Amino acid sequence: MRTVRVIPCLDVDDGRVVKGVRFKDLFDAGDPVELAARYDAQGADELVFLDITASSGNRRTMVDVVARTADQVFIPFTVGGGVRAVDDARKLLRAGADKVGVNTAAVDRPELIAELADEFGNQCVVVAIDARRRPEASPHAPAWEVFTHGGRTPTGLDALAWAERCTALGAGELLVTSMDRDGTRDGFDLELTRSIASRCPIPLVASGGVGELDHLVEGAVDGAADAVLAASIFHLGEFTIAEAKAHLAAAGVAVRPA
Amino acid sequence: MIAVLDYGIGNLRSAQKALQRVGADARLVDDPDEVAGADGIVLPGVGAFGRCAAALESSGLGDVARDAVSRGLPFLGICVGFQLLYEGSEEDPSAAGLGVLSGTVRRLPEGVKHPQMQWNTLDIGRSELLAGVPDPAWVYFVHSYAPEATDDTTSTCDYGGPVVATAERGPVWGSQFHPEKSGTVGLGILANFVAAVDASIGAPTAAGG
Repeated sequence: MRTVRVIPCLDVDDGRVVKGVRFKDLFDAGDPVELAARYDAQGADELVFLDITASSGNRRTMVDVVARTADQVFIPFTVGGGVRAVDDARKLLRAGADKVGVNTAAVDRPELIAELADEFGNQCVVVAIDARRRPEASPHAPAWEVFTHGGRTPTGLDALAWAERCTALGAGELLVTSMDRDGTRDGFDLELTRSIASRCPIPLVASGGVGELDHLVEGAVDGAADAVLAASIFHLGEFTIAEAKAHLAAAGVAVRPA
Repeated sequence: MIAVLDYGIGNLRSAQKALQRVGADARLVDDPDEVAGADGIVLPGVGAFGRCAAALESSGLGDVARDAVSRGLPFLGICVGFQLLYEGSEEDPSAAGLGVLSGTVRRLPEGVKHPQMQWNTLDIGRSELLAGVPDPAWVYFVHSYAPEATDDTTSTCDYGGPVVATAERGPVWGSQFHPEKSGTVGLGILANFVAAVDASIGAPTAAGG
């Protein structure tokens, strides 16, 4: 049986969750460990922490967040952001992370994917791909370009070819974010996720654009995603994880009940 | 005391913390001498079978594991640690497992994504490890290989066909999924193991003991 995972994403800056966290009844929404425990209790299948700390000197803070999370939260979680070498990944995994996400560092040096897979196993290696539609491409033959540095830097890489290369190098999962949709609340770029899913026989997490629960269903069904990731709809308290899963189940998508 | 064998592979902290959560005095142990006083053994493992097998032997903990099994200590293998209990794996035919359970580890059925990276439900036979779990029991799997079904198999999941999820032979138990990452259901499963350890020594192993 294939079951679709629902994954809230937490952006963490110097040990605090940022980007629009406004739970009504949570006194300290900025603590990542507290939020992680809350999502676990709501029935989240996994968690993703994205470390957006600007200063590399503060990376130890994230290792501490990971360790404190692992003390209390007994569901899988991925940590991305700032992983540039095998040793960075080892610190996070030893602290209790299950998977590490790489993005910019993998584009700069694709062998990093193979090194991580060889050291820790494919299942530990999530490659995050931030993709933007090429405006010049025909609607009948869409194409996407890979961006790095949080979506600011164009790379010239074709997203579909890059996804295939990541898979061949040993990625265990792809986290595909549409930069066109991120923050728009218009739903996933389903063509993007479906195109990558059809080429890459590893799990795919769809990300970017969720504004309502139907978008999660679209991602799982039309987008061929194995997991759906969202941030603001959960952080803003608009929907609980349980509501998201009930909605998926009602639409015929198999999920672990909350 | 429950020794979580630390042979340098993967995320061991979660297994230790989950065991502590259900009341066990669980310690990460990388020194074979320190395992001597253990009342139960947990063998975790993630990644490639061959690499785990090599790391286990080079750490000296492979002999410790075999010795613990021969002394009849409660033993729990998790994920690749479960697979290592078998004789070998299709993933790396040149690597030997501990051979505690008979059979071979095989690749998951074709036609489904590898790895299986998701929550799935269990089809449970007679099992002490899974005693008292809710029906359905949802647990978290991350793997591309699993042991073949044998007389020791006590549960399966459905992933392109039946896939072995747990096996038990006397005090030797194993789970292909990650109980330490399976929320409250997983904690209940670990509690069953801790209870078996306590029963085997006739006294609690609770923290501080």
